[in-house]
Amino acid sequence: MSDVPVSPTSPSSGAAQPSPMDRQAVRLVGRIFAPLLGAVAIFGLHMILLGRAFTWLFRRPFRLRLYLEQMEFIGVGSLPIIMLVGFFSGAVTALQAITALAMFDQQRWVGYGVGVSLARELAPVFTALMITARAGSAMATELGSMRITEQIDALATFAVNPVHYLVTPRLVASILMLPVMTMVFNVVGLLGAYIISILVYQIDFGQVLELFRHWVDPLDYVQGLIKAVIFGIAMALAACYQGFNVRGGAKEVGRATTAAVVSSSVSVLVLDYFLIEIMNVIWPSHGM
Amino acid sequence: MTNGGPKRDLRWQIQIRGLHKSFGAQQVLRGIDLDIERGKTNIVIGGSGQGKSVLMKHLMGLLQPDSGHIYVDGEDIVGLDEVAIAKVQRKFGMVFQYAALFDSLNVVENIAFPLTERYRLPKGEILDRVRDLLRRLDLDNVPGVEEKFPGELSGGMRKRVGLARALVDRPQILLYDEPTTGLDPIATKNVDEMIRRTADDFGVTSVVISHDMASTFRIADRIAMLYDGKIVACGTPAELLAAPDPRLREFVEPSGAVKFGVPS
Repeated sequence: MSDVPVSPTSPSSGAAQPSPMDRQAVRLVGRIFAPLLGAVAIFGLHMILLGRAFTWLFRRPFRLRLYLEQMEFIGVGSLPIIMLVGFFSGAVTALQAITALAMFDQQRWVGYGVGVSLARELAPVFTALMITARAGSAMATELGSMRITEQIDALATFAVNPVHYLVTPRLVASILMLPVMTMVFNVVGLLGAYIISILVYQIDFGQVLELFRHWVDPLDYVQGLIKAVIFGIAMALAACYQGFNVRGGAKEVGRATTAAVVSSSVSVLVLDYFLIEIMNVIWPSHGM
Repeated sequence: MTNGGPKRDLRWQIQIRGLHKSFGAQQVLRGIDLDIERGKTNIVIGGSGQGKSVLMKHLMGLLQPDSGHIYVDGEDIVGLDEVAIAKVQRKFGMVFQYAALFDSLNVVENIAFPLTERYRLPKGEILDRVRDLLRRLDLDNVPGVEEKFPGELSGGMRKRVGLARALVDRPQILLYDEPTTGLDPIATKNVDEMIRRTADDFGVTSVVISHDMASTFRIADRIAMLYDGKIVACGTPAELLAAPDPRLREFVEPSGAVKFGVPS
């Protein structure tokens, strides 16, 4: 421990020898920063994987079939769950909005309230979370079991790059399909809101529609879709990274799947906050 | 053994010289010198963690050594670029321990994989080559085998489909990674027979890594023993039996499969 620098303000008695208190302080700092360092390293490895996946995107062969299969799985396969969640999200948001607006007798604003909430927040975030749970977990499990049964090594023996063959299609399919599914969520959510507001609560459709059209901006949808693209990258990257790096047996595959779902869900919510801040800078007049 | 860059040699298909490889602080290969004889069954034996798999991955160019040379048909494959390595890899077929078939592809797609990835061949020709292999490996008597997925096959069938996939691009060299691990004695004998028959029927050079002594002495034309990252014994089975290295003796005798001494 002689190379540990002694802090100038430390109350150490000897000039060269760190006091036990200093050592303890150094150890404490180490213990605090070690996980942070680990997190930075893992973030870096994710970025390297992202970079490699993108460079392979432009190299032959293109294997369109793999992209379409993944788009089918992430998109079409998630359609029922997205529609179900979207419908009830829209309906519940409308219900709560009507309750609140009724205090001022302003229920006609419900269309605007639901529309903007869905477009900016609910649709991209819920879509990303639902697709993480369904497709992200499946990706991590599939790649993990391919790793432990040597299928990924087998690809390399045929001079097929595993990132090119496995990661790039999943990443591209997520980037393309998350915005599409987000729009599906928006549409079905508005349908849910329509049923609650117009059919159940008998609010005047003309007024609701007029306020919706006047106040909900296309930019709200653009912002939501930008988020969806970034959430798609985060989800696919977390799933592929975890699946690719499985070592050992079936238990490790399970652990990787859990890690993929947790890290992807957390990063969606954390990214959401930072994206809002960034978008408020880019479109200042449009901030919430 | 010759030093430097050997010319294309008729007897030796692969020549390894001074191969070193470390992972971090761990030295796995410490100067391997090994010759693989053309058209013969060459077996590398060694205990777990002695670097057998690492050595195998170097042969196919999947790992790059820290130093040393690997000559395949006289061409040094160390340090080749991606395109050149891919060309060399076409000479090889690899049979994995548990077949490593792609779960998402059916039997025909699995076997055809090397062809569809490497060339643009008409579908009919690919199917002809796949069916020819199914017939030669006795896989065609199972009804509907072509459309089956790996999950629907028995262990022995998977192994044969894995072999078919390794053979479909007509490799000159077949690598087997612990082919008899985890098999019962009868299945082991079947796999031994499969390796011998493949070597005879297809005229390939076989490189097998194994720790199964009984099986090794049954099928090997040449045996090399890997110990502590080096080849400590190498020769025909008879040569090894006549003059056993103490490390070989130590490794082999507990199994009771092989008796040392002057062969009668």
